[in-house]
Amino acid sequence: MRALLTVKNFLFVCCLVPFFILVFNAATGNLGANPIEKVRLFTGDWTLYFLLITLTITPLRKISGWNELIRYRRMLGLYAFFYACLHFFSYLILDQFFDWEEIGRDIIKRPYITIGVAAFVLLIPMAVTSTNKMMKRLGKNWKKLHSLIYLITTLGVLHFLWLVKADIREPVLMGIILISLLILRLPWLNNIKSYLKNRLAEQS
Amino acid sequence: MLTRKPSAIKPSEITPESIYRQRRKFMQDVVSTGVAGALVASFPGLILAKDKDSTAKLAGENLSAIGKSPYSTGEPLTPFDDVTTYNNFYEFGTDKGDPVRYSGQFKPRPWSIAIEGECARPGVYDLEDFIAPHQLEDRIYRLRCVEAWSMVIPWVGIPLGDMLKRFEPTSRARYVAFTTVYRPDEMPGQKRSVLQWPYVEGLRMDEAMNPLSILSVGLYGKVLPNQNGAPIRLIVPWKYGYKSIKSIVKIVFTEKEPPTTWNISAPGEYGFYSNVNPEVNHPRWSQRKERRIGDFFKRETLMFNGYADQVASLYAGMDLHKHF
Ligand code: HEM
Repeated sequence: MRALLTVKNFLFVCCLVPFFILVFNAATGNLGANPIEKVRLFTGDWTLYFLLITLTITPLRKISGWNELIRYRRMLGLYAFFYACLHFFSYLILDQFFDWEEIGRDIIKRPYITIGVAAFVLLIPMAVTSTNKMMKRLGKNWKKLHSLIYLITTLGVLHFLWLVKADIREPVLMGIILISLLILRLPWLNNIKSYLKNRLAEQS
Repeated sequence: MLTRKPSAIKPSEITPESIYRQRRKFMQDVVSTGVAGALVASFPGLILAKDKDSTAKLAGENLSAIGKSPYSTGEPLTPFDDVTTYNNFYEFGTDKGDPVRYSGQFKPRPWSIAIEGECARPGVYDLEDFIAPHQLEDRIYRLRCVEAWSMVIPWVGIPLGDMLKRFEPTSRARYVAFTTVYRPDEMPGQKRSVLQWPYVEGLRMDEAMNPLSILSVGLYGKVLPNQNGAPIRLIVPWKYGYKSIKSIVKIVFTEKEPPTTWNISAPGEYGFYSNVNPEVNHPRWSQRKERRIGDFFKRETLMFNGYADQVASLYAGMDLHKHF
């Protein structure tokens, strides 16, 4: 029993909460007048949230020194992919219902769709290579491949920014969070930290 | 993302579609048998009580006199619930649920409308006096939003042209400009500059005079709810929804084309005309199809939202790709 109550399992279930909320609201007819739009927006939001959450792990680990966090990063990344799949299929099936002509036109002509599709396509190799086996096999290249997440999240924010009509507050907020997370990754953070450590050591 | 239940509408006030249709049939019968006159006479007292305290109760109250119109479509109506909970009314917030959620503080009575510009009878008119001389009509129109969704809504209103003629526009009046009320204390969305406030819109004079254009004071046989543009709003069914400006406080006859809010916000995306046109895409998304609220499959968008017979002649010889 105890093995089931791990932090990881708890987190696993937490990450499914938005999905269950969506399913619950769909089943009870609580998605409003335009349920298809609601599903698309909800899953799009959560794709971006999970990408950003995944990106917080490394800085959080650095700042807090809580190294165990790294064990949850992969799962969070895979959840980003999970919600991206729901988002993509909500577009493909609910929104366009396999209208390939219209979808093709969308991808070519609508920059926000082009960017969204690019982000989604780039997520696929990351998801496929997320197993331990693949990690070993790819060695150094694994890390290179998986730094695609910076690009993907940037594309996600641009996708969002490009699709809103006038109210850019939300995408801008996401952009600010992304930029902050990237800044936190710069080496200077380490430098400051070791500087502070040294100062503290000197004083004591 | 639970959708909150609308607090402003009591379930008892929601008319199921079937009952509404029966009532409509009844009203049509009434009108055709000539009883309408008496009902019309009783209208102003019903909708436009001057007592301030009673004004809040008026939303959702029945409008008793409604003449039928040959301009109405026979398509199935979008349910009252959807029409009143899924709205673009940025004065109350940019989420579709914001208008019903945050319009409870808004006071649509007492209300007056300023008439200005190129006309013989400018002035400030009380809403009651503004509407009283006219017969209310039932107009079931398609509404096509620029975001590629649509509804079918039974409005109650007055032909805009009949209304405008009363103020005797001069020969210099080539356009009509409309302004929405500016009340940031009652309209929380106006506290943020998502758009330039107050909201302004405009029509060319011949568009305004077209019999399809109406000023609406109700829907589903009831007084217009706050979230739908109370107490009086424009409806131009062959144009994208944002042209149909809500909560109007000023109407000005002008010689020059008046500025319009969405055009100010993004000139490359929203033009002055904003006619529904499947051939002219929004720069960021397609306008070829639309989803009728309640449908799974999208449908083809029709030229001028299906009103080409009535309005196409207004734009004869114009390049609609240029004048979008
Ligand atoms: C990593 C990939 C992606 C991310 C992070 C993402 C994120 C988002 C976000 C945040 C929204 C806005 C939600 C809101 O307004 O609340 C959105 C909307 C949308 N996305 Fe994506 N998306 C991605 C991929 C895609 C793909 C592959 C497609 C289609 C092929 C797509 C199509 C759309 C559409 C059609 C909308 C709604 C536009 C509207 O209703 O105005 N997205 N997405």
